[in-house]
Amino acid sequence: MAGPKYPGFDTLALHAGQTVDPVTGARAVPIYQTTSYVFRDTAHAASLFNMERAGHVYSRISNPTVAVLEERIAALEGGVGAIATASGQAALHLAIATLMDAGSHIVASAALYGGSHNLLGYTLKRFGIETTFVSPRNTDEFRQALKPNTRLLFGETLGNPGLDVLDIRAVAKIAHEAGLPLLVDATFTTPYLMKPFELGADLLYHSATKFLGGHGIAIGGVLVDSGRFDWEKSGKFAQLTAPYAGFHDMDFEEESGTRAFLLRARREGLRDFGACMAPMTAFHILQGIETLHLRMPRHVESTRKIVGFLAEHSAVDSVMYPELESHPDHKLAKQLLPRGCGAVFSFDIKGGREAGRRFIESLRVFSHLANVGDAKSLVIHPASTTHYRMADADLKKAGIGPGTIRLSIGLEDAADLIQDLERSLAVAAKAR
Amino acid sequence: MQLQIDARPAFAYSAAHAIDPARPTVVFVHGAGLDHSWWGLQSRYFGYHGFNVLALDLPAHGRSAGPALTSIGEMADWVKKVLDENKIRTAFVVGHSMGALIALEFAARFPESAQKIALIGIAYPMKVSEGFLDAARRNDQSAYDMETIWSHSPQVPFAGNPNPGMWMYGDTLARLARLAPGVLHTDLLACNAYSGGMDAAARLKCPVQFVLGARDMMTPPRGAEELIRKIEKSSSIRVAVSGHSLMAEAPDATLDALIAFFG
Repeated sequence: MAGPKYPGFDTLALHAGQTVDPVTGARAVPIYQTTSYVFRDTAHAASLFNMERAGHVYSRISNPTVAVLEERIAALEGGVGAIATASGQAALHLAIATLMDAGSHIVASAALYGGSHNLLGYTLKRFGIETTFVSPRNTDEFRQALKPNTRLLFGETLGNPGLDVLDIRAVAKIAHEAGLPLLVDATFTTPYLMKPFELGADLLYHSATKFLGGHGIAIGGVLVDSGRFDWEKSGKFAQLTAPYAGFHDMDFEEESGTRAFLLRARREGLRDFGACMAPMTAFHILQGIETLHLRMPRHVESTRKIVGFLAEHSAVDSVMYPELESHPDHKLAKQLLPRGCGAVFSFDIKGGREAGRRFIESLRVFSHLANVGDAKSLVIHPASTTHYRMADADLKKAGIGPGTIRLSIGLEDAADLIQDLERSLAVAAKAR
Repeated sequence: MQLQIDARPAFAYSAAHAIDPARPTVVFVHGAGLDHSWWGLQSRYFGYHGFNVLALDLPAHGRSAGPALTSIGEMADWVKKVLDENKIRTAFVVGHSMGALIALEFAARFPESAQKIALIGIAYPMKVSEGFLDAARRNDQSAYDMETIWSHSPQVPFAGNPNPGMWMYGDTLARLARLAPGVLHTDLLACNAYSGGMDAAARLKCPVQFVLGARDMMTPPRGAEELIRKIEKSSSIRVAVSGHSLMAEAPDATLDALIAFFG
């Protein structure tokens, strides 16, 4: 018997989460630029505050425009729901702050975005949360680093900047055997290239600033819960399974089952830390998501052309892209990322730091800046920018050398991009 | 609250309140494969407005131990045991889908214990297709997909959730993923096999409120018409915007119907 079918990815990217405005009939998602919402009467107000009725009270906690974005991302990822945040970093912080207290421990991949590395390695340490960094390529290290107070395993779907492919199935198995959830940063892959929940991840987040928006005009993040992790069964998360004096003695798991994590993250995390997304930002990111399924194949197609060009170029030492057989995660990438390995990758230019400098300064189409996932092509030198706070040993552990250049391939004509790279590589080669 | 029913652990959500014999009681009975949290907003409302609340996890669902019960009659008897365990003489009973069949049978078997019953998303007979039953028997993902898609209005994937930021399909699938193998099949078999509906309707003494979703694909409203005609003291509300999952799709309309009915 042929069963019913879910709407496809492309359809959800355009429609999920939006009820057409009943008053105006507006087809686009309206921007509800309001801080607060008029109660029908005092009883309605009391019911909203006590979570007896659904609705909006104050835009730090929820907003109708932001809710469309949250629901749309949850639909694309196959989660129970999502919370949009002020940035990707705010999403990571919200996940951690919801799950653990001082005295907790995280096991994280060492191949992380520099900002995440700072948060885990330095900032959270000041608040009593320790992190052990391990190689994402040796999943046993995740197991070996577990401690009785470990509360989270964490990695990026594609590590920054060497594109280490996280073996989500293997790390999730380790996490689940220990009664712990796995959180992944899925920014580089987007739900178009990979569905981490289908591989076993429990929580994920995006820097929506990147490919989800795709236009480089808005900073935002989204934290998504699969709803599959059983907090009660784990027995390690009193934050979700015991009455909490900070929220009317609510036992979040008892109250809402699969929605427990998001309930506390929204009702405590957004209330107290306040890193919410503005409605205009949500609107901007929604415009990007509506074409995600069209943009990502083009990003990947152009990236493949450019990777091919660089891999053959005499001025290039090495190219780190998982679709190349030379990449250590090539086999794994074929399994986990059949649609492509994204559009952000690194290569090492011959001649080290000085060649790198000349190369970047010669580019005309690529923009030298600290971002990725834009419709426009971008370039950066990680050792002197995104990862500059990291010690040399940590840099090496993260696969970064003095001549490593990171590219984010945009939607321009690939031939123009290759021409720009070719000319700049020639300039850099003269420095050697 | 933790209970022991038939010497097995059982759970009922009570909105963090102890049972007070002086208060009226509302019992919530979930549908196939689901649990007490399906009633989140509605059960919480009554718990904080002067009622005792028992939002049940039927055996093998949510936090209650298995095995699953195999017939609607057994399930109705189990609900009575929960009331007895809590020394509750009479209650308002709200059931959704399979839970509505349980509420109907409960009220017929124990008329002195059923003050009023509300039947949400009900059809009788509640026949389940062979394909659905077979997929559930095999614990095939397609059974959970059918349960998820047919449990919501066709408009759900193209509309916003009244509960901000939540994705209804994902939530239903996540709940079903926590079920032990075979439980959904057992529930569906119980619905499919239940043949006492019209007899139960004829024996009812208490008032009955039907709450039906106009866009219900699982139990279309026309499937309740014969029951509605049969039950003398009944009234019916059709919620235009909702499918089968009225508590999630139209939480306010569902709650308002219950408030009006239970006073």
